[in-house]
Amino acid sequence: MTGVSTPETGATPKTSRDWDMAAVAPFIALALLLLLGYFANPNFISVANLLNVITRSAFIAIIALGATYVISSGGLDLSVGAMVAFVASLMILFLNSGAIADPTLLLAASMLLALALGAACGLANGLITTIGRIEPFIATLGTMGIYRGLTTWLSQGGAITLKDRGMQALYRPVYFGNVAGVPIPIVIIFVTAALAAFVLYRTRYGRHLIAVGSSEDVARYSGISVNRVRTVAYVVQGLCVAVAVILYVPRLGSTSATTGILWELQAITAVVVGGTALRGGVGRIWGTVCGAFILEIVGNIMILSNFVSEYLIGAIQGAIIIIAMLVQRSLMRR
Amino acid sequence: MKRRTFGLGAAGFVAAAVTSPSLGLAQDAKKVTIGVSIPAADHGWTSGVVFHAERVAKLLMAEHKGLNIIVKTSPDAASQANAVQDLAVQGLDALVILPSDPDPLVNAIQQVKDSGAFVALVDRAPSVNDNTIRNLYVAGNNPALGEVAGQYIAKTTPDAQVVVIRGLPIPIDQQRQDGFDKGIAGSKVKVLDRQYGNWNRDDAFRVMQDFLTKYPKIDVVWCQDDDMAVGVLEAISQAKRTDIKYVVGGAGSKDMIKRVMDGDKMIPVDVLYPPAMVATAMQLTAGNFYDQVPVSGNYILDATLVTKDNAKNFYFPDSPF
Repeated sequence: MTGVSTPETGATPKTSRDWDMAAVAPFIALALLLLLGYFANPNFISVANLLNVITRSAFIAIIALGATYVISSGGLDLSVGAMVAFVASLMILFLNSGAIADPTLLLAASMLLALALGAACGLANGLITTIGRIEPFIATLGTMGIYRGLTTWLSQGGAITLKDRGMQALYRPVYFGNVAGVPIPIVIIFVTAALAAFVLYRTRYGRHLIAVGSSEDVARYSGISVNRVRTVAYVVQGLCVAVAVILYVPRLGSTSATTGILWELQAITAVVVGGTALRGGVGRIWGTVCGAFILEIVGNIMILSNFVSEYLIGAIQGAIIIIAMLVQRSLMRR
Repeated sequence: MKRRTFGLGAAGFVAAAVTSPSLGLAQDAKKVTIGVSIPAADHGWTSGVVFHAERVAKLLMAEHKGLNIIVKTSPDAASQANAVQDLAVQGLDALVILPSDPDPLVNAIQQVKDSGAFVALVDRAPSVNDNTIRNLYVAGNNPALGEVAGQYIAKTTPDAQVVVIRGLPIPIDQQRQDGFDKGIAGSKVKVLDRQYGNWNRDDAFRVMQDFLTKYPKIDVVWCQDDDMAVGVLEAISQAKRTDIKYVVGGAGSKDMIKRVMDGDKMIPVDVLYPPAMVATAMQLTAGNFYDQVPVSGNYILDATLVTKDNAKNFYFPDSPF
């Protein structure tokens, strides 16, 4: 990757065509998929279906935004799926406790609690990898076990369900409601992504993050506090998980020991499909959002089409993701 | 600590009974140790298994003074094999085991059986499932779980268009599907589609949303699992579709049994595949020692159709499942 420290601005950089194509490639892959979907089943292109699919992708898309930060800084976070389950369970338990009499205040407090818990879980990951100097893969594999285990313990293996019907009714619109016809989760995806893009491309912290990811030593010699930058990236990941949780809880109003299983892999796939390199030093926020859409749309097309056996879905999904990546690569080389 | 003092008390009682046979309670004070080895609570159904094993262990120990039941949970087959060996060391008269994966556990179970203990195997059978490895086999009925659901749908809505959400691609799931096909055979019930929902609420929600997009008219959803039914119901209510007449789940979770009890139109019935079957095995095993009733053999529980009338028999509000 060339020009890694160049802040990507969304406007076309004049110096290199490579930048341009690499950033556009995921969107071309998405367009091709939309076309494929149309041929698989004309219902696919209906507004209702597309809104469903994009709304559904909100959890992975928002988590993947945080993952873009962690991965561009040269780290990795495998604990996000378990973190979703853990934070969501605690949030529901807090809502069930009825600690605050006024339901609206209680709901607002529980959202703040989720954000604080997410940030704390992320901070734990960050400190273990930076201060503890443990490889992120192992450190977050460990915390994945811890968050998952604590969730299983909290739920005694069963489900944790939002009990109060009134609270369910109050909270439900956060996932199912819409603003001017656009479902709220979609609004949240774009607001969160815009915020993430602003911080990554327009602030000093964003530039430091990319610098740390592309070369730790150079960043250190330039006077950047590498540990601080990396830790903050994990905290951002934790906050993104919390935002996803705030959207997730009103959908089914319950969590179980299997909530969020394998979401970490989906988030990482979305990041990579979006054009961010796993080795760090490049972060593409809008590419990540596009990657999350691609993953969800592939699954949707599989179920809507009539020509794929249910036994082969996994294989075809894998193949489509690889082809999408190959299309991207070939565009970048040109 | 409590258990130890209880054990000592029981031992003292046994000693008293032995020294004075005229006491007449010797039968009930007979000292028996039953080890119960089950998977750790890692999803809804296994958490129900743990709940019922512990519930009935208390009941049985209160009923029989000399009886000691040790319940051990293990997260996977390897640690369960160790747990079985640990139990065996403590001197078991009987082992009740619900193996997380039966074939890798055959040797550990065989050792206990060869030591002369009574072995009750629950739910999951190894390839060789005869009296060389166990005395008693208690299980639910997977083919019947599908068949009962299929028959109910064929009877209630004879020309229904049905979408099916499967579990994971493993033999149990296939048996349920085959049973379902048998249940609807000869009727006009038509299966529009089958897709995997991985016995997971979120995946079931996603699959159901796509089914709703794909098919303008669906009469019945068969998702053979109460956890998945949660996601299915949410997807239907979001789409505001009124063509779906009802959803048939399975297993017998407290939430779905409650809906059946309350007469919910969308969940008119449930099909039982009860986690409490481990308790059936424990009761029968205790019966073998205290009541001299013959219990060896196969004991296959029906996939009972839970309706509004009988639902209260299967409702455990305190269970996590």
